[in-house]
Amino acid sequence: MLDKQGIAKRIAKELRDGYYVNLGIGIPTLVANYVPDEIDVTLQSENGLLGMGPFPTEDEIDADLINAGKQTVTTLPGSVFFDSATGFAMIRSGRVDLTVLGAMEVNERGDIANWKIPGKMVKGMGGAMDLVASAQNIIVAMQHTNRAGESKLLQNLSLPVTGLGCVKKIVTNLCVLDVTERGFELKELAPGVTVEDVKNATAGKLIVEGDIPTISV
Amino acid sequence: MYILSENFFLFLEILTSQDVAMNKVVKNAEEAIQGISDGMTLMLGGFGLCGIPENSINALVKSKVKNLTCISNNAGVDDFGIGLMLQGKQVKKMISSYVGENAEFERQLLSGELEVELLPQGSLAERCRAAGAGIPAFFTPAGFGTEVAEGKESREFNGKQYIMEKAFESDYAIVKAWKGDTDGNLIFKATARNFNPLMAMAGKITIAEVEELVEPGELDPNFIHTPSIFVNRIFKGENYEKRIEQRTIR
Repeated sequence: MLDKQGIAKRIAKELRDGYYVNLGIGIPTLVANYVPDEIDVTLQSENGLLGMGPFPTEDEIDADLINAGKQTVTTLPGSVFFDSATGFAMIRSGRVDLTVLGAMEVNERGDIANWKIPGKMVKGMGGAMDLVASAQNIIVAMQHTNRAGESKLLQNLSLPVTGLGCVKKIVTNLCVLDVTERGFELKELAPGVTVEDVKNATAGKLIVEGDIPTISV
Repeated sequence: MYILSENFFLFLEILTSQDVAMNKVVKNAEEAIQGISDGMTLMLGGFGLCGIPENSINALVKSKVKNLTCISNNAGVDDFGIGLMLQGKQVKKMISSYVGENAEFERQLLSGELEVELLPQGSLAERCRAAGAGIPAFFTPAGFGTEVAEGKESREFNGKQYIMEKAFESDYAIVKAWKGDTDGNLIFKATARNFNPLMAMAGKITIAEVEELVEPGELDPNFIHTPSIFVNRIFKGENYEKRIEQRTIR
């Protein structure tokens, strides 16, 4: 099994030199900690910052400088500020190479639900709908099952949809899956996890072909 | 020839006169919000608590104006920002993308006192921008196939589905800038820019509060974000608290 850091480490291996990357709140934020030394990626924060630096030290804190998760951050040489319409222009026009976000559910067609639970207080979608509708390459980082132990990888979503047919890859605590026309294709297993474990935790159509390698992080 | 030159001198006279009607500078927030009345639609700049017009919000709270529709990405927190207007039950409807940080908001929403329209953040930003750019509507992929698309026209372009979103209409836009000049030119700081320049362009009347108010010519024209033409009233704000929602350190 992978813990949150492990999921983030595995996703970091998808980064390529020169990528512009948007990281969502939660596990996706952790990916920034594992960018390989030999490559250079630029983090985009849709509220208005390209070239996001690390969290500040106590002395560096600036209330006017926050990321999309409303956390205090810093800039780097080459950073740029812009208004939020420009932030989403970058996303809608496909210039952000990789988007990593969390999900409550994904179905076998790559539809994603991550903004609303009926009967619970609705907080809003923030930028999630814009991101999933336009990003060229979306990786979902999430636990394979919910707190009740139910699969989050489904044939059909039970929760209100955020975007249709947008998820290409999913990294969970159990495995790495590609979402293809055939369903969820098992690509890698977390250490100590068997194909049987993944089958048991996946409600949607799972495709298992050949030997499945173990994730190396 | 004679008429021309007469007009020219008249023009010069107007240019150089201290015409009160042209003066955008107001004394304070109380004066700036004059004319905002019950039932109006306001745009309020800021993302979370970053870059919100603190002085104007406090003045609106004191004014007790009510039944407002507020277009703002967020609804503040319980005791700061738009949350203060919610405490005073001044808001009839919020149009936002994320409202999760506010218990009073939740209470009013669940009791039916408050109406909320949730929009994707990019659509919210673009609906402000469109309003300021004289564009009545646009198509975006965000929200297609979701409940956000309900009641909205959808259309396919180049094999992809989009929904139509309309420009916002608002009576007043209230923004916060870092520096401004007395003509109304504005410069924003860091990510406190967010929705502010978009909304500044979109109000029928735009009010700007600034941390530093300077004379025309003191701001480098190369680095002005909002041109003065969009701003109707400007004042120097006081006592900015700049509260941080998620203080995160290394």
